[in-house]
Amino acid sequence: MTEIAVTAGAEEFKGRSLWADAGRRLLRNRAAVGSAILLAGIALAAAFAPYLSPHPYDEVYWDLISAPPDVMSAHLFGTDQNGRDLFVRTLYGGRTSLTIGILATLVSLAIGVAWGAAAGFLGGRVDAVLMRTVDVLYALPFLFFVILLTVVFGRNILLIYVGVGAVSWLDMARIVRGQAISLKRKEFVEAAVAGGVSAFNIVRRHIIPNTLGPVVVYITLTVPHVILTESFISFLGLGVQEPDTSWGVLISEGARSMETAWWALVFPAVFLAATLFCFNFIGDGLRDALDPKDR
Amino acid sequence: MLRYAVKRLLGTLPTLLVIITVAFFMMRLAPGGPFDKERRLPAEVEANLMKAYHLDEPLVQQYLRYLGNILRGDFGPSFQYKDFSVNELIWGGFPTSLYLGGVAILIATVLGVVSGTVAALRQNTGTDYSVMAGAMTGIAIPNFVMAPVLTLVFGLWLRWLPVGGWGSAWTQAILPIVALCLPQVAAIARLTRGSMIEVLRSNYVRTARAKGLPERITILRHALKAAMLPVVSYLGPAVAGIITGSVVIEQIFGIPGIGRYFVQAALNRDYTLVMGIVIFYGVLIILFNLAVDLIYSLLDPKVRYD
Repeated sequence: MTEIAVTAGAEEFKGRSLWADAGRRLLRNRAAVGSAILLAGIALAAAFAPYLSPHPYDEVYWDLISAPPDVMSAHLFGTDQNGRDLFVRTLYGGRTSLTIGILATLVSLAIGVAWGAAAGFLGGRVDAVLMRTVDVLYALPFLFFVILLTVVFGRNILLIYVGVGAVSWLDMARIVRGQAISLKRKEFVEAAVAGGVSAFNIVRRHIIPNTLGPVVVYITLTVPHVILTESFISFLGLGVQEPDTSWGVLISEGARSMETAWWALVFPAVFLAATLFCFNFIGDGLRDALDPKDR
Repeated sequence: MLRYAVKRLLGTLPTLLVIITVAFFMMRLAPGGPFDKERRLPAEVEANLMKAYHLDEPLVQQYLRYLGNILRGDFGPSFQYKDFSVNELIWGGFPTSLYLGGVAILIATVLGVVSGTVAALRQNTGTDYSVMAGAMTGIAIPNFVMAPVLTLVFGLWLRWLPVGGWGSAWTQAILPIVALCLPQVAAIARLTRGSMIEVLRSNYVRTARAKGLPERITILRHALKAAMLPVVSYLGPAVAGIITGSVVIEQIFGIPGIGRYFVQAALNRDYTLVMGIVIFYGVLIILFNLAVDLIYSLLDPKVRYD
């Protein structure tokens, strides 16, 4: 990881910033660019879901129970067992999944970066205590505790996913700590220390901004991880509740009726898988673009 | 080595205590109790029930009692399955879960290492790209999506495999095991490919080739050993993944293992059963991670634990 910082210096010498360089490399990665476009499409469709279909997401069409996909009636993905339009429900599920993914990631980002930067920069006993805590938490069976969280917070979805974020910051803390330790020995940090800048300000102004590369990569991998967790929990019937929906709920309902209505399983599954694919490809692309070792 | 093992074993104690404590208090924080039914019980009956399960004591006392019982290996009675203790339920389901998970992790390791190695040896060819595309699919498609889709295709459309059931025919185990191991196959294949490519560039492999060793021996005897190291350390997380995956896979296919109890118990506030399963799996994962670390130190002469 030191290489990034070292290269950053070298690149500046040539008059190209690390980020411009990485951006150029990322744009050459067709899988990553394609994924970004597809993901933007899914996000936009989810955001503007009410304008894309004439059907409300909770309207029950009694004469169209489990109807197959049909363009004429604008039920593009068919209807579910309760006669609700699946196209608009899939998009609403996307709203839930993406919102939760981003929210929980922000929570994990805030805790992880602060924790890791403090441990790495302050070092010594603080580091030992902070990282020992991370080690202990790391060994917990994560998903079981998320299920416990859903039991504790009951129907409050938002709290559950703040909880998911609050338990998925461990990797982030480790990555940032490693970065912070190597940054601590850099001249500009020494200069700041010599100049009498407070520890808090050094962490805020010098350490955190310089850990951005790996953190950005890790964010693109945390979002799909959280979406996956949410879907898993909703699939088990513990997460999002009716009439709200998420991809996990839709897949679980679809799995129950797949013998008669394959579309109820296939469409939400494709959306979930496509989203996870995109995030993974973008994350891989970013890592390749930011990691000079692999050029 | 022995000293290190003992030291590590002692080091897991705080983790265990955290698992037990968090599980205990989170379950108690949850609204609703194990005796909430559609029909309210008469007050005296409920009071007697609470007394019988020591639920009327102060929370701290209950907690200490629970800790004491666990030290004796007793997880207490299940609230939901009235005639069974949690120990009986866990040990009753464990052989099934172990079989399912054991076969899955075995297949995942073998298939993952083989396909990763093949991809590394044919780097940047069609074989490599298709293995890596397959691995990406395995990582991106979660097993609770894979399971119903596989059932739909192989069970309902092609009619090659039974859709459900357990124990009456070995073919019933195929779909659950495949769904359970695919994400891990994918992860291990990616890992193996990455480390194999690095090892193949190393000096000692070049030496082995230069002195004219057959490619097969260079790969199998020299390169693979070093390339396996990251895979070995990944086995810890892989087992954790298989265990959590089995919760949903057992649910989908109706397999009588431990995982299936868990969701039901969480919904029914079956305190003792939920805590029992969390602690049981927590211990299992911790012990497995320890074993993996010890094996790692045996494989890698650069790592010496004292």
